[in-house]
Amino acid sequence: MVKVEFLGPIDKAPVEMEASTLADVAAKLKEDQSLVSWLEKCAVALNDTMVNDLNTPLKEGDRISILPPVCGG
Amino acid sequence: MKVGIALQCSYLESIIMELYEGPLDVKEIFGRWLDEEANSNYGAYIPFVGTIRAEDGIEALSFDIYEPALKQWFDAWQERAKARGAVVRMAHAIGDVPVHTSSYVSAVFSPKRRVALELIEAFVEDFKANAPIWKYDVKNGERIYAEDRSTPMDGAGLLLTDGQKSEE
Repeated sequence: MVKVEFLGPIDKAPVEMEASTLADVAAKLKEDQSLVSWLEKCAVALNDTMVNDLNTPLKEGDRISILPPVCGG
Repeated sequence: MKVGIALQCSYLESIIMELYEGPLDVKEIFGRWLDEEANSNYGAYIPFVGTIRAEDGIEALSFDIYEPALKQWFDAWQERAKARGAVVRMAHAIGDVPVHTSSYVSAVFSPKRRVALELIEAFVEDFKANAPIWKYDVKNGERIYAEDRSTPMDGAGLLLTDGQKSEE
């Protein structure tokens, strides 16, 4: 199982799922209509490091963070 | 002025990213940074202050921070600065920051001015685009995500791609 957490303004509790790659996570999240509008604007971190490849392999206990558009300062 | 309490620090060869609950004590921070680098032989010290403006009826802005990724972002910038003989510093607020107070300060120290002038622009602009921080307007005590001023981070949309990411 991996854990997916939604940061900042995305009003959604973390979810756990079976996934062997980020593509598996993407497929599951796309089933949630409330998330689709967020996903096109969101970047992704794996265990607090930014990732940019859907083929990234996942292992038990990994934590995936969904990062919506940012604005510091 | 209310003095913020440093909640978290990250260290890279003693350079600290500072996060405070509530508005920043700008004079204290800039004065301390100046003192800390007093004998470092930097010829230029260029500070930047971000102040909350009163507009659109807001009482304050409010901030969420994804600290582990912010620390990585900052440490990467520290390495870029170091390669040019410079140092970057920054402090940011967490939670509510009232209008006319500061939520963000940063600075560059460098041996000569050109490097600091160039780095402060690149550092602040990249901060606005890629630092993992979320901003909210506070109106009538309610937090409203500042979506229209927010920028998708580098790599946004990954989960909606078809799995065949380009190599660009």
